[in-house]
Amino acid sequence: MRVAILRFPGTNCEFDTKYAFDKLGCDSIIVWHGEEKLPQDIDLVVVPGGFSYGDYLRSGSIARFANIMKDVTRYANSGGKVLGICNGFQILTEAGLLPGALKRNINLHFKSKYQYLRVENNNNTFLNKCSIGEILHIPIAHADGNYYIDDKGLEKLEANGQILLRYVDKEGKVDSINGSVEAIAGICNKTKNIFGLMPHPERAIESLLGSDDGVKMLQGFTS
Amino acid sequence: MKAIVNVYLKQGVLDPQGKATLHALESLGFTGVKDVRIGKQIVLELDASNATEAKAEVEKMSQTLLANTVIEDYNIEIVQ
Repeated sequence: MRVAILRFPGTNCEFDTKYAFDKLGCDSIIVWHGEEKLPQDIDLVVVPGGFSYGDYLRSGSIARFANIMKDVTRYANSGGKVLGICNGFQILTEAGLLPGALKRNINLHFKSKYQYLRVENNNNTFLNKCSIGEILHIPIAHADGNYYIDDKGLEKLEANGQILLRYVDKEGKVDSINGSVEAIAGICNKTKNIFGLMPHPERAIESLLGSDDGVKMLQGFTS
Repeated sequence: MKAIVNVYLKQGVLDPQGKATLHALESLGFTGVKDVRIGKQIVLELDASNATEAKAEVEKMSQTLLANTVIEDYNIEIVQ
């Protein structure tokens, strides 16, 4: 399986992401934002975390107009799989590839810690190795992770099974740690080929480093 | 010609920075503040002579990049 990992000025999770996918046996390649085309024969595009273009104006707002994003949009709209992690999620919402938007965290804190997440839907490529209600332990690190969507949009997400993950406490009780609507931590588009989440599964790949719950998440793409 | 674009979160979308500032004002003893909304002001120096055309162009810029209309509203003022 071939994975293209995008890199913008200010991206800083591309090597962690590459490490994770390489460890899962994938052939991954980092793609510079200035390129016109994605590599041939790829199976997944990952928009990794970081602070693209310094997060100026709004997180993700400038990266979404980078050269490579035209081809990413074409790829996504023709059914190609795209995963946005953290800043990548922000970029995908700014690009209109995922619904909603990410605002400043409710308490204005930059939240950097391990966080419990509950799997809400697994009828999709990304989380098919996880079970509904399963609690995962995954790092988060963001200031703009406060997911917003209007009531009508939320109803659609619920009805189509597009809510992937919610922030919860250790017992699995919903806990909107950053102000997100319905404690939403990750979503997908209606056709379930574009995925976005604020937590970092690529940072939870080695149990020695705290958690390897990210493995079964990313493994969803590899089979 | 100058264009001033004010961008702020839509009514009904909670403004965390505004809320924090409101609480800070209260704790400093400033009573009577009902709400605080924080936005940003973007000032554009334009190479243009026609205000109507300039405004239409800035409108496009705002829709495309300057504001995220999912959560933000904006207004445009053209200054000669």
